[in-house]
Order: sequence, then C-alpha cells, then structure tokens
Amino acid sequence: MKSHYQIAVIGAGPAGMAAATVAAEHGASVLLLDEQAKAGGQIYRAVAEQKINDQNILGDDYYKGRSLVSELAASDVEHVGGATVWQVSPERQIGVSKDGVAQQLTADRVIIATGAQERPFPIPGWTLPGVVNAGGAQVLLKSSGIAVPDAVFAGTGPLLYLVAYQYMKAGIPVRAILDTAPKTNTLAALPHLPAALVNIGALMKGRRWIASLKASGIPIIKGITNLRLLGDDAVSGVEYRRRGSWQRIDTAHVFLHQGVVPNTNLAMAAGCAHRWSEAQLCWHAVTDAWADSNVAGLAIAGDGVGIGGARASEYSGRIAGLSALHQCGQLDIAERDRLAQPFHRALTSEMRMRPFLDALFRPPRQFRIPADDATIVCRCEEVPAALVRQSVELGCTGPNQLKSFSRCGMGPCQGRFCGLTVSEMIAEARGMPVAEVGTMRIRPPVKPLMLGELADLTTD
Amino acid sequence: MADAIVIGGGLHGCSTALHLALRGIETIIIEKDHVGRHASGVNAGGVRRLGRALPEIPLAEAALDRWQNIGDLVDDDCGFVSPGQIKVAETEAELQTLVARRETLLDLGFGHEEIIDREQLRELLPAVAAHCVGGMVVRSDGHASPFRTVQAFKRKAVSLGVRVFEDTPVTDIQRQGATWRVGSFEAPIIVNCAGAWGGHVAAMLGDHAPLKACALMLMITDRMEPFVEPVVGAQGRSLSLKQFDNGTVLIGGAFEGRAEPENNRTSLDVNGLAANAANAATLFPVLRRANIVRCWAGIEGKMPDAIPVIGPGSADGAFHAFGFSAHGFALAPVVGKIIADLIATGATDLPIEAFAVGRFSPPPLFSPPPPRPSPIKGEGEDA
Repeated sequence: MKSHYQIAVIGAGPAGMAAATVAAEHGASVLLLDEQAKAGGQIYRAVAEQKINDQNILGDDYYKGRSLVSELAASDVEHVGGATVWQVSPERQIGVSKDGVAQQLTADRVIIATGAQERPFPIPGWTLPGVVNAGGAQVLLKSSGIAVPDAVFAGTGPLLYLVAYQYMKAGIPVRAILDTAPKTNTLAALPHLPAALVNIGALMKGRRWIASLKASGIPIIKGITNLRLLGDDAVSGVEYRRRGSWQRIDTAHVFLHQGVVPNTNLAMAAGCAHRWSEAQLCWHAVTDAWADSNVAGLAIAGDGVGIGGARASEYSGRIAGLSALHQCGQLDIAERDRLAQPFHRALTSEMRMRPFLDALFRPPRQFRIPADDATIVCRCEEVPAALVRQSVELGCTGPNQLKSFSRCGMGPCQGRFCGLTVSEMIAEARGMPVAEVGTMRIRPPVKPLMLGELADLTTD
Repeated sequence: MADAIVIGGGLHGCSTALHLALRGIETIIIEKDHVGRHASGVNAGGVRRLGRALPEIPLAEAALDRWQNIGDLVDDDCGFVSPGQIKVAETEAELQTLVARRETLLDLGFGHEEIIDREQLRELLPAVAAHCVGGMVVRSDGHASPFRTVQAFKRKAVSLGVRVFEDTPVTDIQRQGATWRVGSFEAPIIVNCAGAWGGHVAAMLGDHAPLKACALMLMITDRMEPFVEPVVGAQGRSLSLKQFDNGTVLIGGAFEGRAEPENNRTSLDVNGLAANAANAATLFPVLRRANIVRCWAGIEGKMPDAIPVIGPGSADGAFHAFGFSAHGFALAPVVGKIIADLIATGATDLPIEAFAVGRFSPPPLFSPPPPRPSPIKGEGEDA
C-alpha cells in the first residue's frame, strides 16, 4: 500500500466494488480495503471461487456478483483483502491493519461502503452455542459449503426465507420456519404494494421460495408472538408462543434473523451524521444525492445510507465513485451527471420496492426490546435487560451514560451488537423518540487493534 | 433563590455543593449538560500523591485521608482501592532524579515517596521490562471509579437538599447589589467549577484565567490475565497504566487529542496514541499482544502552569475551583471542603496561595499580545 491515494474505498461488497471500479476506469488512483480475503462482501461472498457445483442452490441473484468481481479484478484498483480498517478520521486519515501490521494512509476522498449487519435478536437464550444468525449460516454455506441439518429458522425478513430455500435446494433438512411477522404487517404493507410492483419479479421470486418450501413439507409456522431458546451449555430446543399457547421443538441448531441494518460504526466514528429511520428501525447515514456526508471528503455508499439490497448498493456505489472522480478533478460536472444518470434512475426504481418490504418484514417490538429481565442485551459484557432498565430508573438518560452505569457497550464490539437494542430500550423506558435518545459514541479503534501494532506506528 | 450557586456539575461542583450543604448552606448546581458528562466521568480515576506538584502536596495528603474513609462522606466506597502508585526509572540518571525529588520533599517534611531498587521494583511489578532499574512508590496511593464517584457525590449532595439543574447552560452572569444572577437563579455566593469552561465563567465573574481546553487521551484493552497491581507511571516517558479487577488495562499518558469545548466533542490523535502505546509496551512487553478495544478523551481545563485555580475571585461572593486537568480527581473531596470553608468562615486551614486566580495578569489592552506561555508539563497525572 502507498501512503496516499486519490480515492480510498472501504468495503468490497457491491457498493465498494462498483465505486472503486468506476473510479479506476476514469484514471484515479484507487485503493479498495476489505476485511475478507476475496471481494464480494457478504452478499456475494466467495462468488468468484464458489465450490458448490449446482448453481441452483445459491441462485441467480448470487451469481450476478461475478461480473462485479471480475470487473474489479480487470481494473487498476489496488484491492487489499484481509485488511481491517480501524479508523477513518475526519481528516481522511485511514488506520488499517493487515497480517498483524498497522499502517496509516490518507486519501483525497474516502468512500465508506461497510454495508449491513444482522439486527440483534435479543430473546432468552440467544447467546447459547448452537444459535447463529441466518446470515452467519449462509456465510458458512457460501464460503465453506457447510450446512447444518435440522435447524429451526426463526424470525422474519427475506434473508430468512432465502437461506431456508437455499438449504432446501441443497437437500439439507430444515426442521421448521417460525415466522415472527405479525399479520398487521401485511395490512401496513399493502398501501406500498403499488409502488413495489415496478419490481414484481423480485416479489414473485419471494413467493416462489415460500411456495417451494411449503411444497417440500417444511413446516412454516406463522403468527409467533414469543420465543425462547432452551438449553444450558448449548441450545437444545425452541419454545414458541402462538395463539396463546406455548409449543416446543427440540433442536440443536437455531438460525435467527430479523432483517439487516446498516453497519454504522466506522462512519459514526469518523463523525458522519446519522438519523433514525422509523421505517427501517435503524440509523441511516445522512448523505446528499451524491453520497457526500456532512464531513468534507467522506462519502457513504450502499446499505450504510439505508438498507436497499445488493442492486441498490451497486448503483449507489457507482454514483459515489463518479462523484469522487468529479471532486478529484478527473471528471467535469457534465460528464459526471451524464454518466451517473442511469444509476440515479436505477437506484430510484430499485428503492421503490423498499417501503413495502420494510413494512412487510418489520420486526415486532417484543423481539427488539426484551421483556424478560434476564435476557442478555450486551453480549461482550453480559449485561441483562434488567440492568439496562434499572440504570434508566437511576437516572441514566442515554446510551453513552449507560456505558458508565452498566458497562453495556463497553466491550470489543463497541455496541455493534447491542446499540440498537439499547437505544430502543431507553427510548421506551423514558417515553421518548429513539432519535432523541441517540446512540453510543463510537471511538477508534473501530475494530480491536493489537497494542503492539499501534506502538509500531511511532515514527521516532 | 439560594445561598450559593455552583456552576458546573462535575466532581468538583458536586463536592463543593455537598460540602456547602453539610454546612447548611442552601446550594444549587447549574450544569450545561449532565452531571459527570465531561472529564469527571471519563478520567483515569487516580488517587495520587506520587509526583505531585509541590503546592498540591498538602492538599493531596488531606485528600488521601478523606479517600480512605470516602464512604463516611458519600455513603459509597466509590470503588477506591489503594494498591500503590509507582514511577518507574529506566536508567540510573532517572533514578537519581527521583532520589533528588525525594530529598526535596523530605526537606519540606513530606515522607510519603519511597525509593525502590531493581529487586523491590520487581517484587511490586513482576511483569516490568528487564531494563528498568528502580523507581519511586507511594504505597497507599490508589485509584477509584470516576463515574461511580461523581454519581455518589451528586447523590449525597442531593440527599442533603442540593438542587441540580442539568441541561442548563450559563450564558450570562449579572451582579445586582449583593446578588449574583444567573438566568433565573439568584444567590449571594457563586462558585465557578466549570472545568474546561472555567476560563469563560471566570471572565463573566471579572477574573482573568488563561485556561486552555485539552483532551487527554486514554485507551483500554480487552481483558487480560492479571499482571500488574499498582498504578504505574514512568520518570522518563509519558505513561500511566493500571489493570482493573476485570482484567482490562487502562493506559494514558497525557497525550492530547483535540478538544472542541464549544460543541462538546473531542477527537483523537493516532500518533499520540501510538506513542502512548509504545511507552506502555516498553515498560510491559506483555501488553504488545493486548487488544485495544476503545480510546477516548474527556474535555479538561489546563492553566499555563498546569496547576488549578482554587480560591476566592476578585468580586465579592465569587469563588473558583477549576483547571484541574490531570490533577483534579483525587483532590475533589478536599477542594470542595476548602471552598465551603472559605465561603462559611472566610478561611481554610490548607495552603492555597499558589492557586490564586490572579496569578496570571491579563494582557495589556494596547500592546501586542505577549508570546503564549509555553505549556509547562505537569509532573504527572491522576492515573
């Protein structure tokens, strides 16, 4: 790596790959940093070296990522995999570690494309071994071809059904799907259906997955109003409440999922403004139409500005790349506008489906705000829900004070896995909007950094 | 209407209010954010006599007496423990500097600092690097939990009738006869405990205090096997380090980030953090493999001579206790008492002349500004 680039892109998912590739095509010096060894992000993970022979298993949408990866490989982008970015400063200084060596570099423009992560699912037993996120299970499938038979899938969201469908295609038995989306979601989603019809293909695809899952005999149990996971050293079963009565399924594997949310830590630590989205129940980075944040020189592309999915992220990445090129003097404004126009259009069209999906798969309150006092909220520091509520009673007014009151959010993940739960819990306890409660201040290093690596950055 | 208005809900403001309340003086605290929001809540929590600036030693001695029974004052032990504080010498020359310092202190009648040799150092710090030759220790020094402490002081003050007004910034202070007016609040006595904002408040009270806001950076590691009990500093490098019961290690060293007091923000300087990390790893090689999980800085106020302002202001009924950057946490239980004594009786039994607000004269109005005083490095920090 050099010490300076015109454009640095962080994250090699669809947004980051698209941004970096378009920027390099027009002659900028471009660095693309990514934590994974290979490009693709989570959605297109391992797409270029996929070992699963039957392409029906992972499906067409997944293999669409191949063109992005090959375009990137053919470009002049300096793509560095296995690189953990632990800081982006407002002055566009980037701290990155690779192979146990830390380095600092700068860029004229930084595009943060750190994508999405799965929403926390704080229910009793969610931290037991044997319980993973459905997205995590899919990562195993994509990167190692590993699948776990007889798992119970629980939650809501397209990804839950997609992974179940991929399992079914791969011939891996699925024990049951427990759907936590309330019926009222369908009613709330209906007004958004007409706008979503522009993308009827995607909607029909979802219906086909569910129909195939049903046809294959996998029980899809809807109307789940409560869930708890059983077990001492590992998960041994799921109890679910439906129509007022509790049922039990014995299983050693539970896949949880209730949607994805922006992975905001890096952008927040860099000082980029975020706003609460009531539609998506998460924080969105605030950007203009050209991906620019409130911090000069820092842009945010992809799911970080609001969950839009792989296609939307790709378009948003292209726009951010073109904008960065213009700001670096590589494109005049007319050329930028001309080149970006189809992507703006495609992005707008792609996003028209979102309000429908957001409403249809909205995770219900009881699975976001744990009612049970013993349920762990902060996994790093093992802080239970009761302690969060007690802290509010003692006068704790927000997530940052909560750290001092309870150590919640003070572990290595810096609130990545509890931040949303905490903000919503405090808002509920205080009877305030989440937007006013705010979120945890994120500080560098955004990812844990070995002290020796930091020490070796000293110049004298 | 009250007897006294305290500006600033940090630890010093809470301690001052608490001590005023103990004397039956009706007191309110006005805080622009919330209690303990800035340096008070996020400092390193050191309770230290080791290496104190000379004028602070009598106060630090008196403070330690109070810390040892802090529960009697605030009904909470504040997490205070006293495993000692050590300043490590890495060379014979550094050790000789410490020996000379000890002699200076002995001449002044203070015997708390003790010189230790190579073997004694290893007994106290088994994990210390091989090159270290000795050091200085104060065995009964220690540390407490800053957030817990400021909350305990606030709670106790409130239980004694102190009223706390949070989210209440002070924009203007008026003097009407014998009454100070701050917004809708009135009292004959006003105390400036505004920390990094103390210079502005001093100006509103008619005093000149060339205070600089600074952001001292701290970092904390993931949990590690226990390897160090006392709080550790170094004679030849900027460092302070301690390991908590839960295994996490707090590392500081007065390396500065950037403070933005006007918008409550601090930003960190990676180069300073790197130098700090290098200092820590030089003394304790075991730290090289530790994961740093978080770094931060609070906003602190620092005077050009690196010691605080404590005492009466130039206007009747005005008092100051601010500018404690890196020095204030340990002193709070005694500074609050000093201010309350001054207010109630006009006197204190501790020497505070060196902390007078008038020690820096304002720049003349019609001549070029004098060169900025070069910051004098503090002799240590409340690690």
